[in-house]
Amino acid sequence: MIFTIAGKELRALFNAPLAWVVLAVLQVILAWIFLVSLDRYIGLQPQLVQYPNPPGVTEFIVAPLFGSGAVVLLMLVPLLSMRLIAEERRNQTLTLLISAPVSMTEIVLGKFLGLVLFLFAVVALMGVMALSLLAGGKLDFGLLAANVIGLTLLGGAFAAIGLYISALTANPVIAAVATLASLLVLWIVNMGAPDPGSPLHLISLMKHYESFAKGVIDTGDLAYYVLLIALFLLLAARRLDRDRLAS
Amino acid sequence: MSLTLARGEVLGLLGPNGAGKTTTMQMITGNLAPSAGEIQICGIDLLDHPTRAKARIGYLPETPPLYRDLTVEEFLRLAARLHRVPKSRVAQAVAQAQRRCGLSDMTARRIGALSKGYQQRVGIAQAIVHEPDLVVLDEPTVGLDPNQIREIRTLIRELADHHAVILSTHILPEVETVCDRVQILHQGQVVYTDSIAALKQYRGGHALTIALRRPPSAETLQALPGVRSVEALSEQRFRLLHEADTNPAETLVQRSVEHDWGLVELTPAETTLEEVFVHLTQSDAMEQAAP
Repeated sequence: MIFTIAGKELRALFNAPLAWVVLAVLQVILAWIFLVSLDRYIGLQPQLVQYPNPPGVTEFIVAPLFGSGAVVLLMLVPLLSMRLIAEERRNQTLTLLISAPVSMTEIVLGKFLGLVLFLFAVVALMGVMALSLLAGGKLDFGLLAANVIGLTLLGGAFAAIGLYISALTANPVIAAVATLASLLVLWIVNMGAPDPGSPLHLISLMKHYESFAKGVIDTGDLAYYVLLIALFLLLAARRLDRDRLAS
Repeated sequence: MSLTLARGEVLGLLGPNGAGKTTTMQMITGNLAPSAGEIQICGIDLLDHPTRAKARIGYLPETPPLYRDLTVEEFLRLAARLHRVPKSRVAQAVAQAQRRCGLSDMTARRIGALSKGYQQRVGIAQAIVHEPDLVVLDEPTVGLDPNQIREIRTLIRELADHHAVILSTHILPEVETVCDRVQILHQGQVVYTDSIAALKQYRGGHALTIALRRPPSAETLQALPGVRSVEALSEQRFRLLHEADTNPAETLVQRSVEHDWGLVELTPAETTLEEVFVHLTQSDAMEQAAP
């Protein structure tokens, strides 16, 4: 049932031009960033060789590429997540799902999965871009995998927050703006906390992504994203359920 | 309120705007949780086992829940899957629903590009694709042209062969042509419930509408043999309700000539569903409500 709903979400995305435009534009932007860092690497290579333990091509090109990808996802996810529930509510199509023998949890999970699969397609395209470096050298696959996992988890966290906010309103534009604002706040919340022990670092989306970018898969960071996703999905399901109870 | 329905029966839910028709339907279909009471679908409690109960219901809300970007076939497939039709039977169920709703030529069209009438049919097809035991239709003929309304009514009659149908509407003749039984709601209460057959018997012409140039007092009219009650429609027009076996028309004409009342109109009035409806749903008239 979850997969039926996820499939429906994906079809809705790809039936409309939005998904294709997004994928195309993203690919252009990320390819540009990729080429620029590749160019810089080639320019710096003669100097790098003089160091005893120089940064490799993966560290120099792929990690920044995924870092930029994270920023791009931050701006992209609100545009995609705003439709999930707000638009269905506005078009009154949500009734179809609620009247069907499907639980609220299944609806929320299905919609979340649909969006995450799309985001994974974006991340996978970036992965393919990185793999093209194999044509001219060697790659650190561990670092690449950590980046892919980290960015997917980050995208999932964005999607879960966006889904919850979309469940709060019947207006997709409000959902998009509110999601973008929330994500930005969670992204930069630790900027004003120079003290590394500050609790603000604990809730910052960016802070937890940093270790993945360095190739470290820390269970603490993993747990942070998983818990964040679970929390917002639960909230979204409860919010949908409340529609039914309010009268 | 209480509401019971058997298979093969079409129940019409009537009421003025805001009477609670849509709310009732939303509760039956699990879109709204009742604050008290119970709902059983085929013996399954909707509140305890929502998934099992919902699988037996097909619901067409006031605004059909259509994904405009999907084609008719894609949409019905989705509806079938969501209602847990086994994968192997989806194609067959979709084809059957399309045939029954007259959509077979439209399978590959985008729903957004269809006319309102066809969209309404897709809405109904969506509600019956999983062969539910109970079909709930909220104002299915709103916004359609007269031909489409007739087609949809025929379709609803056909549905009643296999399903129990609950239908809400403000259009009274619709109820008379389509439904077996009618319940009138007013301010969340059932104020009338009976079969259409009983209603038709009831309207067998036990009333007269008369107009007199120089009317006597209401008591004089009331005193005519067989007259049960007199209702003044205006200063000169009256409605006389009378017993089924004695028709006061003849006496009335005689008296009118004798006393120079100036009779200008005498028509046997039918008690229509509309009258029952108006009578019951105007709060001040509620006490003297007819059966």
